[in-house]
Amino acid sequence: MLGVEQVGARGRSGTDRSVVQVQDKVQVAEGVVTLTLAAPDGGRLPDWAPGAHVDLTLESGLTRQYSLCGDRWDAHTYRVGVLLEPASRGGSRYVHEQLAPGHVLGLGGPRNDFPLVPAESYLFVAGGIGITPILPMLAQADLLGADWRLLYGGRTRGSMAFLDELSVHGDRVQVRPQDEHGLLDLAGFLGDPRPGTPVYACGPGPLLTAMERACAGWPARALRTERFVAAEQAAPVRTTAFDVELHRSGRTVTVTPDTSVLEALSAAGVEVLSSCRQGTCGTCETTVLAGRPDHRDSLLDDDERAAGDCMYPCVSRSCSDRLVLDL
Amino acid sequence: MTLTPDLATDVPVDDTDPFGHEHLEDPLPFHHALREAGPVVYLSRYDVHAVGRYEQVHAALVDWQRFQSAAGVGLSNFRTEEPWRPPSLLLEADPPRHDAPRRVLTSVLGQRALRTLRERWTADAEQLVDQVLAAGTEFDAVPALSEAFPLRVFPDAVGIGHDGRENLLPYGDHAFNAFGPPNDLVQKGEHRVAQLSGWVGEQCAREALTDDGFGAAIWAAADRGEITPQQAPLVVRSLLTAGVDTTVHAISAILYAFATHPDQWARLVADPSLARVAFDEAIRWESPVQTFFRTTTTDVRIGDAVVPEGRKVLMFLAAANRDPRRWADPDRYDLGRDPSGHVGFGMGLHQCVGQHVARLEAEAVLTALARRVRTIELAGPTRRHHNNTLRAWESLPVRLTVD
Ligand code: HEM
Ligand code: FES
Repeated sequence: MLGVEQVGARGRSGTDRSVVQVQDKVQVAEGVVTLTLAAPDGGRLPDWAPGAHVDLTLESGLTRQYSLCGDRWDAHTYRVGVLLEPASRGGSRYVHEQLAPGHVLGLGGPRNDFPLVPAESYLFVAGGIGITPILPMLAQADLLGADWRLLYGGRTRGSMAFLDELSVHGDRVQVRPQDEHGLLDLAGFLGDPRPGTPVYACGPGPLLTAMERACAGWPARALRTERFVAAEQAAPVRTTAFDVELHRSGRTVTVTPDTSVLEALSAAGVEVLSSCRQGTCGTCETTVLAGRPDHRDSLLDDDERAAGDCMYPCVSRSCSDRLVLDL
Repeated sequence: MTLTPDLATDVPVDDTDPFGHEHLEDPLPFHHALREAGPVVYLSRYDVHAVGRYEQVHAALVDWQRFQSAAGVGLSNFRTEEPWRPPSLLLEADPPRHDAPRRVLTSVLGQRALRTLRERWTADAEQLVDQVLAAGTEFDAVPALSEAFPLRVFPDAVGIGHDGRENLLPYGDHAFNAFGPPNDLVQKGEHRVAQLSGWVGEQCAREALTDDGFGAAIWAAADRGEITPQQAPLVVRSLLTAGVDTTVHAISAILYAFATHPDQWARLVADPSLARVAFDEAIRWESPVQTFFRTTTTDVRIGDAVVPEGRKVLMFLAAANRDPRRWADPDRYDLGRDPSGHVGFGMGLHQCVGQHVARLEAEAVLTALARRVRTIELAGPTRRHHNNTLRAWESLPVRLTVD
């Protein structure tokens, strides 16, 4: 029934929003699994647009970023693709070997540093698992009636995910496994610079470096890239309780793992105005005076996060034992 | 139109005209009846479904997949009817087209971007309050404060020229009337639409804007390719349409709330840090934006009823904001309440992108008033201003005492 699902949990409480449950795990290529994630209560997940990623916090406290590669018209599940990295220090190996349906992961975001800008035509280049953010962009370009082509490279055909889904696009998509075709012919694919045609590329560092060179003659900002590295946070995020000190009143409130900062404050009689409780609207912005926030909102960019001077307590938490807020 | 048997049996039918003058004057009895009738009601007068309970209004607001905006957020269905102006790239758009303009405005109007305005607006508000009080302590608060402050700071913040600013309120008033049925309120604005739209359109051009306002920031986003140069003027237009009348009526709402709840004013004077809560509580209590429509993209079950695909659904934000199922003692204006979660700014993908601007304006005015004014009371009969979408005051005579 319309309503119950959203309002029961999401309208009033922020806590179960910051976790997702693994619903399904499927091997889709050699070394690649996709995870289907859902809210434990089955409610809506926060909205996203192509190019967005989420931060998933694994049991060990390790946080990894994964691009969303599902269908945004499905408000109830996210899909991410995870490559088993040989040099993995626990993140992708854990996902591949141990993570199973039913497991619960911490959620941050979605955030979007790689948005699709409006245009009448696009060129897409993906290397390996870099296909994940590109995949929903293709659907979006179709919806916008834009003209587009994709060049998709990988080690071997068997290692390249989503080939079946891509096949519906016919010859807009060029699949070029390295063992069959050698290195990607970027210059041939790009052709002459075309103003008004953004070039989106996602993949390993060497591919992006090659793209920068190949796009040297293109207008400034034509090339938009996302480096596919599982950016690791400096330290694992905290999964235990922490203290929030309220600077103006001098009081201290303990936040346990099962409540949000906002809820803990409210339970202690300290009201902070909020609205979305999803880290998207910005209403609950609070100044941080000391301590290191664990940002889980969709609003702050990397520089603002690094500055660490404000946070959204409806979803964000703490990395340090103690946070001092200007409340 | 004849009702399908399904509709006739499952959905309560109501033939009230919620846009009639009687209900615009006092919408509360109808909102009550609507909530009590059920989770969804069929309004036979306009052949639309309506929701008035918090749960269903909230759910429809966040569910952009099944309740679309691109067919118009007024009664008119853009699938079959010609819009009166080129549709808004934000309000009247769905993903994916909504994405890029929304992203740009989220950043241009974000709390962090507004930090530089805070000091200036606080000083502006103090100056205005000093001016008004110097002229006397009994006056009509609508022109003196509610209209004066937003008109003083907002057009400058957007960066439009000084000539013709008197067009802003009539343009916004017409735009918000136009979301309703084509009644006398719409007709009274029609003879000026071409002139007003023409003026507003001229203000949105790059050359017409100063180089340091929201307007310039929108054009800079176009230069970076984040929106197209064709989209930029329409994104500027959305600020001029949605950003003036709304805040004017919101400030009136809060002044009326305090004039009729003297104990709450005393509370604010004692603790001016309550200004933010006071404003959002006024938005909940009075809901300056009362209603918006959506259009179903599929058959949607609401309660025991199914609303078929392609139907207009009228969401009563104002009724949801006073739903006793969600709010204790909802008719009380109470600074002790946590108004968080009200839907006066909407919710979800289309939630008011200007809400931080509105809050900053209100906070500036309230803080300036709380510094000097000890009591506020009504000094004569008040008069409502009728609009198909907005809850507004034409006149609010007040008497203040100052230190
Ligand atoms: C207290 C004052 C205000 C109120 C009550 C208000 C209310 C609303 C509501 C209810 C919506 C949601 C519409 C929907 O869901 O279809 C909305 C959207 C919007 N508002 Fe406001 N508003 C206010 C002030 C402002 C200001 C100051 C600005 C500009 C600076 C602004 C710009 C917008 C825009 C552009 C949208 C469309 C957003 C979108 O569709 O993504 N509003 N507003
Ligand atoms: S309440 Fe919206 S960001 Fe926290």
